[in-house]
Formats: sequence, structure tokens, C-alpha cells
Amino acid sequence: MLRAENVAKSFTLHVQDSTVIPVFKHINMTLKASDCVALTGASGAGKSTFMRMIYANYICQEGSIHVRHGSDWVDMVSAAPHTILDVRRRTMGYVSQFLRVIPRVPTLDIVAEPLKTMGISECNAGWCAAEMLARLNIPKALWSLSPLTFSGGEQQRVNIARGFVAEYPIMLLDEPTASLDADNRAVVLDLIREANARGAAILGIFHDEAVREAVCTSEFDITRFRAANDG
Amino acid sequence: MTPTPLLNVDSLTVRYGARIGCQDVCFDLYPGEVLGVVGESGSGKSTLLNAVSGQLAPDSGKVLYKTRLNEPSNIYAMTGPDGRILMRTDWAFVHQNPRDGLRMSVSAGANIGERLMGVGWRHYGEIRTAGLNWLEKVEIDEDRVDDLPSTFSGGMLQRLQIARNLVSKPRLVFMDEPTGGLDVSVQARLLDLLRGLVADLGLSVMIVTHDLAVARLLSHRLMVMQGGRVVESGLTDQVLDDPQHPYSQLLVSSILQV
Repeated sequence: MLRAENVAKSFTLHVQDSTVIPVFKHINMTLKASDCVALTGASGAGKSTFMRMIYANYICQEGSIHVRHGSDWVDMVSAAPHTILDVRRRTMGYVSQFLRVIPRVPTLDIVAEPLKTMGISECNAGWCAAEMLARLNIPKALWSLSPLTFSGGEQQRVNIARGFVAEYPIMLLDEPTASLDADNRAVVLDLIREANARGAAILGIFHDEAVREAVCTSEFDITRFRAANDG
Repeated sequence: MTPTPLLNVDSLTVRYGARIGCQDVCFDLYPGEVLGVVGESGSGKSTLLNAVSGQLAPDSGKVLYKTRLNEPSNIYAMTGPDGRILMRTDWAFVHQNPRDGLRMSVSAGANIGERLMGVGWRHYGEIRTAGLNWLEKVEIDEDRVDDLPSTFSGGMLQRLQIARNLVSKPRLVFMDEPTGGLDVSVQARLLDLLRGLVADLGLSVMIVTHDLAVARLLSHRLMVMQGGRVVESGLTDQVLDDPQHPYSQLLVSSILQV
């Protein structure tokens, strides 16, 4: 489903005398259907950075990241913007650590949005979104409110609901279980297992070892690709 | 399966005497796509918008627009009537100051109906119904339809301007700082409204803003301008989260955190 080849990343900080911060290089990784791979490594090793590069949120300076999109393969590094948006719409979901929404939009609409952009009718999308919110224990009284006023854990659950509602073939999860209580963590683990069972390929960052052991089929340590400062 | 662009801008340059308005700007705009243009005051954003929308003649370069007949036409080579038809039906322009885009001496309903009459609507009842529908869409009370815009608040005026522009079902909308000068609660409401309308109507939009948060929420792609040139462009979240050009980095790192 996903093939990263010889991927390298460094940040150039122009505001600080063009300091170059190398992150990693020569990453090769493949992700197959029904895989659930845990991305591991110390804080600052570039786990989130690598994940964002797969989502084409960060630019990739070297290498290629091929993603199975329908019957085609798309290189997220060189693809045109509208192709990348189409991959994000239909193939690849990304659950980030932060929820970013327009003020005033009700939670239910936010969760239903990925389905609507896939072309599912408003009514069906709303129904699926409601089911997902209920499963993640978001009280029904909150569905018509904007999640901007919610607690951190509730916001994260809205984010997870939004990520899992659309059943993407590839899912990127950036610490989906951080700041959740045990009950909700169990729900998220079930969602991950179900996604795996229907054939989704999952790449996740999980700091909790117990979570990794519960759902992951393998681990991928990013530390060994660390790029030295001398280039 | 790659769609063809609706708008193709090629090496557009505008000079004000010896000064550069914008220089060698090239981009494509696809159907249903929202393109944000950001940069500080004086970076050439509005000049570019005015030139692309045909309100300002460029010194060189061209703008090709795919008309409903599927023919790419050079907008600067269009003769008077063709150009007027384009401005009245296919295109719309939302000004930063709603007073520039509205006729302040006629009622709200007449402001909305004018573009419909321009494209041949003659039945008063139908025009009024369409006007009332659009007032509802932009969340203005229907009983204000006969009031003069001068009795409206700033946020209402901006929403009225949007209704006036979108009533004729344009395919391409140009917006110049549509949320500038509005307080944050009104701005949030307008952003929500704009995003909904853009998605429901499948509009292509070129939006100029100095507010990066507005750009992030509304646009798919972003162009960063400095000194009349496009210094960086790409997917909105990529440009804002991993900016490459020194000026983009400076711009992003200058955002105030709330």
C-alpha cells in the first residue's frame, strides 16, 4: 500500500542564520494491507516528521513515497497538489494530535465531512458520524456544538472519529491514544483492529508500550536513520 | 483523468511606472479549487488579483480562461460585450470594502436582483424570490429585503455583497480580503458561510488575504508573494507547516498565538 524509498529530511531555518537541522536520511519502508506498524524512536527522532512527509504536509528533499491510490501508484513527493488532495480524500487518513476546525461548525458536521467529500449523501454521512461519536462516548448534547470549547480528551476523540469514520485504505495515526482514559483507549484499539481486519494499512506512533503490543504487527525504529550534523 | 485548468495565468507582469506591481506570475486554477494568495501589504497581492480578474491591464503576460464553451480565451483579447458577459455571469468579485461592490442607494433586494436582470431575468416575482432565498443563505433576515444597505452593519454588508455576487451562479470568484475589517465573531461566521457555499456550489476561488489563519481554513493551495513575485507555492498546509522560502518562514513565525 505504501513504499518509502531513500527518504531524507532536513529543516533549514532561514530566520536563524540558515541553520540546517538534519533529521534523517535513507529511510526505506513498506507498508502492506492489514499491516499495523508502530513507528518508534526517541522524542525528536522524526517520527511525526516522517508521518507528515507521507501525508505530503512536509516536503521531502530526497527519495520517493509511493502510495497505492485506487489502482494507481502516486508518488506523494512529486505529485501535483490536486492529486495529493485526491489521495487525502479517498485513500489516506491522518489523525493528528491537534484538531483544527472552523469556529462555529458543529461537531457532527466536522466528523461527517470526510464522508461528504467522498460523495456520500448528507443523511448517510450524518448517520455514520453520529454512530462514531456515540462509540467514542461523546455525549449527544455536544454534537451540535463546535468542538473548540471541548476538553483536550474530547477534542482528540472528535479527531479520531473524523479519522476513522471514512474507512480509508491507509491510515496514519499520530498518538491517537495519548490523553485518553482507559475506556476510550479500549474503543480506539477496537477501531484500529477493525480497520486492520477490513484490510487497512496502518502506520502509528504510540508511546504506550501496552498499546503497541495490543494492536501492532511490527515496529519500525526510525532512530537508526538519524542524520549526523556533518551531513 | 487530470482535469484541465479553468484559469491559466502565464508570466503576468504589472508595472506602475518604474515600480513593480507583480512580476512573472504563473499559476493554474482548477475547477472547484480555492487558491489563497498571502503576503504583507505592498507585496503585490491585490495588483495580481486585479490583473487576473481583468480590472487592470498587465504590461505583459496573459490569462487564459476556459469558457462554458470549453474554449480557452485570452481575457485581455476579449471584446467589450464578451468581457461584460463574463463579468456579469461567470465571474464575481468580492471587494474588501463591501461599499465598493454594492450599490448603496438601492435596496438589499435590488442589489441581489441586479445581476439576475443583467443576465436576462425579467419576472419581478422570480427575482424577488431569488433575492429572498439568497438573503436566507447569507443569514440576513428576510424582512430586511427592502432596506437600504446603508442601514446594515459591516458584517451584514459583506454578506450582502457575497449574495449579490453569487446569485448569478458564477464559476469563478475573486475575493480581496473578504474578512478584513470584521470583528472575529462575524469573521468566523463569514468563513463558515464562505466555505459552505464554495463546497456546495463547486466554485473556483482566488482569495487574497494577509490573514494566514483565513488562508488555512479556506484555501486548498497557497501562493506566498513578496515584492511582486511569488516566492513559494504549494498545498496550504505544506506551505504553512513546512515553509521553505526565508520570507514564508518569517511570515509563518510572525503569527500571533491566541
